[in-house]
Amino acid sequence: MSFASADTPQLDFASSPINQSLTPEDKIELFRKMTRIRRFEQASLKSFSAGKMGGFLHLYIGQESVAVGTLSLCGENDHNITAYRCHAHALAVGMSMNECMAELYGKATGCSKGKGGSMHFFAPDKNFWGGHGIVAGQTPLGLGLGYGLKYKGLEGCALTYLGDGAVNQGAFHESLNIAALFEIPVVFIIENNGYSMGTSQKRSSAYRGCLAQRAEAYDMDWDLVDGSDVYQVRAKAHIAMERARKQQKPAVLEIATYRYYGHSVADANAKKYRTPEEIENYKKNHDPIRLWERRLLNEGVLSEELAKQIDNEAKQEAAAAVEFAEQSPAPKAEEIMDDVYWETDNDTEASKVGQHFFND
Amino acid sequence: MSRKLQYRHAIREALDEELARDENVVIMGEEVAQYNGAYKVTEGLWEKWGCKRIVDTPISEAGFIGMGIGASMLGVRPVMELMFWSFHSVAFDQLVNNAACVRYMSGGLINVPIVMRGPANGGTNVGATHSHIPEGLFAAFPGLKVCAPATPSDAKGLMKAAIRDNDPVYVMENTLLYGMEGEVPDPADGDHVVPLGKADVKREGSDLSIIAHGRSVIHALAAAERLQEEKGISAEVLDLRSIRPLDTEAILATVRKTNNVLLVDESKGFGGVSAMVSHIIQDQAFDYLDAPVKRVTTIDAPALYSPHLENDQLPNPQRIFDKVLSMR
Repeated sequence: MSFASADTPQLDFASSPINQSLTPEDKIELFRKMTRIRRFEQASLKSFSAGKMGGFLHLYIGQESVAVGTLSLCGENDHNITAYRCHAHALAVGMSMNECMAELYGKATGCSKGKGGSMHFFAPDKNFWGGHGIVAGQTPLGLGLGYGLKYKGLEGCALTYLGDGAVNQGAFHESLNIAALFEIPVVFIIENNGYSMGTSQKRSSAYRGCLAQRAEAYDMDWDLVDGSDVYQVRAKAHIAMERARKQQKPAVLEIATYRYYGHSVADANAKKYRTPEEIENYKKNHDPIRLWERRLLNEGVLSEELAKQIDNEAKQEAAAAVEFAEQSPAPKAEEIMDDVYWETDNDTEASKVGQHFFND
Repeated sequence: MSRKLQYRHAIREALDEELARDENVVIMGEEVAQYNGAYKVTEGLWEKWGCKRIVDTPISEAGFIGMGIGASMLGVRPVMELMFWSFHSVAFDQLVNNAACVRYMSGGLINVPIVMRGPANGGTNVGATHSHIPEGLFAAFPGLKVCAPATPSDAKGLMKAAIRDNDPVYVMENTLLYGMEGEVPDPADGDHVVPLGKADVKREGSDLSIIAHGRSVIHALAAAERLQEEKGISAEVLDLRSIRPLDTEAILATVRKTNNVLLVDESKGFGGVSAMVSHIIQDQAFDYLDAPVKRVTTIDAPALYSPHLENDQLPNPQRIFDKVLSMR
């Protein structure tokens, strides 16, 4: 969560080659994606508060530059996986607001047919492997995606996202060790929003310097990134991804960011374990969308009118997604036992031998 | 033609044949490669297939099992060895939340074609931490498949079926069976695959049915011989082989035939495989029963160490023999 202090020389990452290669349209698209994510999350919060959804809702608002910046670097053979704060990654890889909102509503038209919910979005056709509910449980899976790429001789990398609260789980450390030992093309991205639920970084982690520095113990490269700057996110992630793709070297990136809402919407203490001034400061001075907007306005890439238009379109798209979700049918009871086994779903010979399901 | 092979060599032959059949099959686990396997199941495979196909992992079950699951989502077909199935506890999140549920939570977009294999048994005086018998535990999770072969032939055939299956299959072997010899069909006579979900009558009988899986089948067969010789009791022995999918038809058929049932199960009595089988029998064959279904299970305490006593805690031929007599 430590943004660069005032006395740190500020590098302008706009000049890095990966950012120089961005066209004005690309830059506007990054703005559009972040804006769409925020409007989607705001719409889902409204529906959640109205009692239209079950379970949890972990909002990504404030962190948009992380998912959008890093995923904008992905090519055909790059894969990604994250934890339960997954809506942004889903939208950033190109999943539609409709399928995502319908999943939150638990509808049959949802991306997981209403079987996954808020924490479990997937789109393997877009190289997005979830959406996982257990803190750090996805990190060995991300390692495995990298292993699969290497096994198949494909030049790509596996972006494996986790929160700062996940860095103390054993599964994460086991993944770091194997990644370095086996030279797996995986980039672990710690989205550090400062709080593991209601416990601050200082109260939950023992570390020297920063969390990513733990990578040194595994002889692995690491870097610290200011998540409020899209150019910096892209520039530093690009370096780590290229090293993974070309040299099969894993890395840990720690991206400082902030969530404006609680751990989930159910977080009753969201404004108690941190001060209102802290939240206001991030909204006012570090909001990644506003900073990117200002940057593009200064560059002459974006106009006030276009920014407003993009925002309006995102709001309308989110409203339409809510309407789509509300109108969609609920899953049917006869489909409860679908999607359990590949063999029974595909009615194979194997599925015809023995009893697979046990209901009296 | 068939030859006699040790149980461990039958599994190795299955692995070797599947490595040759499908380039995506990869064997992973602790000491499976250069050490040749803690129980020599994978002996010689690393020398033959090399580092890409036979992979030594660190002692890091959550890490490497999760890695295998992630790789399987991309189409690799890992066969993961757990040196002991008892070590499932340190990888439970991966084995259950990820392997079993990812297909469902994705609405059927993903499948996990992975095999987890290793020994799951008591009887080797290694105490409670190394003697867990979790086939009932894992069979309780929809999305997983579980089998427990009792003979070399079934060990080979089920392993091949497990590797070819497109869902996660957990194969429970037994250290005390690894050295057991038995007839295994010759590869020259065709592919030997035993489908999951098919039980096998290992001994025909008419007075009662003993239903078991894993090493308990061997005990049941020994007890059945003695019951015949000493008491003139004709016991049928049904080997479940596969726990999930389960051959319910074969279970009901033997119950209808003999009308008396003894279940033998190396897990504990509470909630194990035999508890489920007992429920199915009373639910679907109640009118065919002449007496309540009885069980021989491991005596209900954590696995004890003492070489003087451990065998008495587990199902054994004497306990089965005595139980059958008590049912008469």
